[in-house]
Amino acid sequence: MEFENVSKRFGSIRAVADVSLAINKGEFFSLLGPSGCGKTTLLRILAGFERPDSGRVYLNGQDITHIPPNKRKVNTIFQSYALFPHLTVRENIAFGLKIEKRPRKEIDDEVGRMLALIQMEDHAHKYPDMISGGQKQRVAVARALIKRPEVLLLDEPLAALDLKLRQRMLIELDLIHDEVGITFLYVTHDQGEAMSLSDRIAVMDHGAIEQVGMPAEIYETPRTSFVAAFIGDTNFFEGQVAEMISNEYLRLAIDGFPDVICFNDKERRQGDLVYLSVRPEKIRISREKPLSNQYHNVAPAFVEDVIYQGAMTKFWVKTEDYRLAIIQQHSRFLLDEKPIRWNENVWISWHADDGFMLERYREADEDLMGLPPTHVGETANNES
Amino acid sequence: MKASTGKANEWFLSLPSLMWLLILFLLPTLLIFAITFKPPDQFGGFAPGWTLHTVESLAQPNYPAIIWRTIYLSILTTVVCILMATPVGYVIARSRGKWRQILLLLVIVPFWTSFLVRIFAWKVLLHPDGAIKQALLACHIVSTDTSLLYNSGSVLLVMVYNFLPFAILPIYAAAAKFDFRLVEAAQDLGAHKFQSFMRVFIPGIWRGLITAVLMVFIPALGSYVIPDIVGGPSGEMIGNKIAQRVFVDRNLPHASGLSAFLTVAVLIPMTLVMVMQKRKQKAEPLIEEDA
Repeated sequence: MEFENVSKRFGSIRAVADVSLAINKGEFFSLLGPSGCGKTTLLRILAGFERPDSGRVYLNGQDITHIPPNKRKVNTIFQSYALFPHLTVRENIAFGLKIEKRPRKEIDDEVGRMLALIQMEDHAHKYPDMISGGQKQRVAVARALIKRPEVLLLDEPLAALDLKLRQRMLIELDLIHDEVGITFLYVTHDQGEAMSLSDRIAVMDHGAIEQVGMPAEIYETPRTSFVAAFIGDTNFFEGQVAEMISNEYLRLAIDGFPDVICFNDKERRQGDLVYLSVRPEKIRISREKPLSNQYHNVAPAFVEDVIYQGAMTKFWVKTEDYRLAIIQQHSRFLLDEKPIRWNENVWISWHADDGFMLERYREADEDLMGLPPTHVGETANNES
Repeated sequence: MKASTGKANEWFLSLPSLMWLLILFLLPTLLIFAITFKPPDQFGGFAPGWTLHTVESLAQPNYPAIIWRTIYLSILTTVVCILMATPVGYVIARSRGKWRQILLLLVIVPFWTSFLVRIFAWKVLLHPDGAIKQALLACHIVSTDTSLLYNSGSVLLVMVYNFLPFAILPIYAAAAKFDFRLVEAAQDLGAHKFQSFMRVFIPGIWRGLITAVLMVFIPALGSYVIPDIVGGPSGEMIGNKIAQRVFVDRNLPHASGLSAFLTVAVLIPMTLVMVMQKRKQKAEPLIEEDA
């Protein structure tokens, strides 16, 4: 399945801007991005509900750009599920085959098979209003899969479910994907869903694709500040190459922060401007100055805020002009060491390999991470 | 406990309207049924005693034709109105913002002119010297001796014209609440446009359609002014006969008999519809606001 230079405008808004993307057969592929990034429009173009202004869409090598939705071997699971309220679960699932005028016996067999797949045999006679959100979701899956599509499109299918149910449906979707083996195109704004389900992810922003890659690739080696900030949290540094330490490492001079050693994967040279992303969980925080070699960045810091998050603790610390996020799994109940609190002076450190250079940086992307307002730190100061 | 006080409150609040209906609607209806079995007197009232004379006279030969015409004209009016109003309701519900307002206004605008004036306007239009007849003549579609007025056709035309907004509004109201993503879902599953319209949209606005049917069919059965003005003797309906019995023949029991018959004729389809809706409600216990 392939998009070739697809563009779509709604009035003055560019919903999809010259997107080219190839998706492999049988792949679980996610389109990930904030609302309004064009991911749903791209999905609707593939389903046939929107015509692209330019570009072509191919399915199995066949150009389907101008084929109406009912003639495409593509089925959709809608965000609202869009189950027909006047039909029972069984009739909903059978809808696609009834339209095809398949023999009754065949329809009954197929529907029975689908009901078994989604484990809804006991609810077959119920109307959509009488079943739960998770069950509706499963019916929507069965109703689409019974058509044996080449590609199953999923438009934020879990958005309406609560956290626990979402986690369960994630596993179920994954199992169903393994079982039916067709291509899944999954649209979501939730990085967690995309990360845990996908073979590959395309991160979208403002109608364009920022990066395509496997989940770990996207997370560990983001190409742009948008990808780095949208998927998880990160810390950005802006500096100039001050010294080439070796072929692989260089030292950055950063305005308002101590010098930083980082791995030179982009072949930067002396004097080049570098934007660096360091994930919060890669940074260690400790009271004592950590032992280090030349490939460790170590700096003193002041703790401005501590946010307990259950599985881990997030710290906002300040070093010179920079405010950094640090995530640490806490060991406060295991060690007799006293936990780090507000307004403490601490040491932070990370290995040179844990910083990753960005190809493109945009200051506005910092807003994606929900940085605390600057006065938070000051208030804490006043209280002490 | 709480539920029973709620129930009591409900009764209390609906008492005024219940009394209104009882005194001004149910009682007179029963009186009409009763007067049917009274002998007429020569002053336009009714005499003491009871008789089956009126009921027997309803079987007189010229009634079945009129009753039949009343029923088929009403059914035809309803069918044509629904067929025309459904696409209109669909289009209005799908249009956005300003357009929706404008289209709705266009549906309602005729109500700003007196009903009688509008019907008389049709008489002018359909008149042998009227614009429509002249236009059709010019196109050689009709000959000079075809009459556009004073037949069942003209009654049907004007009734459809008159009742169309009553069909459009409830259908629009239902269509406005309809989730058009369901139509997309149907197309996604292989239905072409017409199939998704019939299999998803029509069942989705079912209640609106039923309301529209009742809003057109019941008043159409009781039509009196429209056949009186554009119908002539060959377009007469039961409403005209009732008026004739009261004003011309001064035979109140006879008029009551016809009215009672009409009431029964209305009650039968209404009861049927109500039973059907009850059954549908049992099938779909609640309409969910948003999933």
